[in-house]
Amino acid sequence: MDPLSWTIWAAFLLPLGAAIVIAVLTLGNRQASAGLSIGAITLSFILTAFYSLMKGLNKAGAVESELTWLSVNGSAPGDALNVGMGILLDPLSLMMMLVVTGVGMLIHIYSRGYMKDDASYSRYFACLSLFTFSMMGIVLATNFVQMFIFWELVGVSSYLLIGFWFGRPAAADAGKKAFITNRIGDFGFLLGILMVWGAFGEVSFSVVADDIAHGGNKLEGMVACGCLSMATLAGLLIFCGALGKSAQFPLHVWLPDAMEGPTPVSALIHAATMVAAGVYMLCRTIFIFNEAALLVIAFVGGFTALLAALMAVQQDDIKRILAYSTLSQLGYMVMAVGLNGHGEGATAAMYHLTTHAAFKALLFLGAGSVICAVHHEQDIWKMGGLRDRMPATYATFCIGTLALMGLPPFSGFYSKDAILSSAAPWIGGHGNIILFIVALAVAFLTAFYMTRLVYVAFRGAARTDHARHAKESPGVMTKPLWVLAFPAVLAGWFGLDAIFAGHFGAHTHYDHWYSYIVGPVEHAPFVAAMGTALAVLGWYVASLLYRNVETDPLPGRLGSFGFVTTLMRRRFYFDEIYKYTVVAIHDAFASVADWVDRWIIAGLLVRGSHGTTELVGRIARMLQTGNLQTYAAFSIFGAAVLVIVFLIA
Amino acid sequence: MDIGVEAYLLVSMLLFCIGMTGVLVRRNLLIVYMSLELMLNAANIALVALSRFNDNLNGQVMVFLIITVAAAEVAVGLALIVALYRRRHTAQVNELNSLKL
Repeated sequence: MDPLSWTIWAAFLLPLGAAIVIAVLTLGNRQASAGLSIGAITLSFILTAFYSLMKGLNKAGAVESELTWLSVNGSAPGDALNVGMGILLDPLSLMMMLVVTGVGMLIHIYSRGYMKDDASYSRYFACLSLFTFSMMGIVLATNFVQMFIFWELVGVSSYLLIGFWFGRPAAADAGKKAFITNRIGDFGFLLGILMVWGAFGEVSFSVVADDIAHGGNKLEGMVACGCLSMATLAGLLIFCGALGKSAQFPLHVWLPDAMEGPTPVSALIHAATMVAAGVYMLCRTIFIFNEAALLVIAFVGGFTALLAALMAVQQDDIKRILAYSTLSQLGYMVMAVGLNGHGEGATAAMYHLTTHAAFKALLFLGAGSVICAVHHEQDIWKMGGLRDRMPATYATFCIGTLALMGLPPFSGFYSKDAILSSAAPWIGGHGNIILFIVALAVAFLTAFYMTRLVYVAFRGAARTDHARHAKESPGVMTKPLWVLAFPAVLAGWFGLDAIFAGHFGAHTHYDHWYSYIVGPVEHAPFVAAMGTALAVLGWYVASLLYRNVETDPLPGRLGSFGFVTTLMRRRFYFDEIYKYTVVAIHDAFASVADWVDRWIIAGLLVRGSHGTTELVGRIARMLQTGNLQTYAAFSIFGAAVLVIVFLIA
Repeated sequence: MDIGVEAYLLVSMLLFCIGMTGVLVRRNLLIVYMSLELMLNAANIALVALSRFNDNLNGQVMVFLIITVAAAEVAVGLALIVALYRRRHTAQVNELNSLKL
């Protein structure tokens, strides 16, 4: 085995070690727990960075190091199933590892400040380390089964973190909702994996990808029903997994509720890890999707992006706005994967995922800083005027906002432009005009709701006493903000997408050193201009509307279309629709099952057998009179019966 | 006059029934015990009679065994009854029902 790959094995297993040591040994020692957890992820980051520097991020140097985990011998040759647990080191996984450990590390450090008054400090860090470990398992997975196992582990640890304050019913419910919604998607994912295994007899990514590259997709020939081929079906089922984890429509409902967790957890889940896992999985298994499946993926992504952006426009909770913004950006990424072409789409998706990880983590941590300062108030209408009192938070939050809007030269501009280019039908020939327009609309809405957030929360006059007396957060919280601000600004200047393009075999257009910075403008000036113009327009419109206002002026301005804002505010009634359809049907099933359990199983079977036994016992007890002569009479009677039986027989 | 084996068996049966009735209906423990002995001896009569008419000694050997065991049993049984009477001040069977649940 390549000796250097041990560094990644170590990076992979360190957070698990930290989680176990905290859970077993240091639950009572707050400082030791935090130190272990932060130390483990920092070391992971350093080891990953070391490996990446030593080996370089190119596809030729890809390494697969695997231990056999499960080996089943089939009855016929070729039936055997070998499942490994290992690490797959290629540009895709290494970049993702850098994002996960890098952003994760800053969030771990920030948590030390944010959670300092919490009674369950050690438990928090144990869960955080477990979560990091699970996420790295997904990133490094060499095969579908390993990915699925860690996929579920992420589900469990996210449940633990979202429901961290389980004493609050809302948090406990949110944890449950996240887990169950994810499970629905995971069920499809599992079916998809079974289909892949059934067709290829293999679950390893590299082997299946090789098979498809050389022999074509074996699922393609089979017809599931009508015009739906098995290949499309398998692709869509695997996409179901991403639907749950990356919170795409119609399984998007868990993500905003997951805001009930501590703010650093929201940052971790939303920026670098859990929701990114869905997009990462799509990129990792991009070889399995055929044209039809990709088309569905693209439209689901585009629809989610638009829907979530519309919902974000009328939310009042600072974390919820960011949550819907995450949903919307994830929709962008999924749409880009769907518009893959010759790898350009997946490149754009991973590029946006990387930059988004930085600036969304920055925004969430900034929001956390604000929430701490105003005594855990999350309604932006009860803030205002924080610009002067929290200058560091305001500055970094603005950087994150500009990056999210996608204005040049911030990192978001470059990755958003990559996505817009892959959607533009005249570039590369795999775009789609409808999705291009949707993407532009989302760019406008993103700028609109982020400007609204900044103007209402940070500018104008303070609207409550808490906001009036807000103080800047301590250094342990603001320093990670500054550190994250650097990649939020700069991540677009180094042509990071060239690494992904190399992995996916896509074409890049970097000819000179300066083309890293001006590349988008050179390559597709119209797309870059449109994206920027719409973002600026969104900013301008929102700044007109929301400068120095006390309440939201939008419903009034829209006149007879005011009902649209109500729709947005109530999130298009998705929660209500699910409540009266999915939840109601489920409750009906549950009450039937409950009736059967209560009356048939517990009543008839359990109580029935118990009652029968007791009745027999009561009758038999009557025979025990305690009188010697009764017993004698019984034995004589018995003897007489035996004599008669023998005489007759 | 020739007496057949049936007569002996009839006597034996009558004695056995009398003994059994005594065991079942009498309340005094001593009487019950005596009735029990009567049943044993009824069996002895049957064994001796069959031994005699079958022209072998198997039955009589059995009878000797029974008499010996019965003697030992009477010694133990009477001692138990005396001990019981000393403790409970009664030898009435219907009052000795502490085994009841």
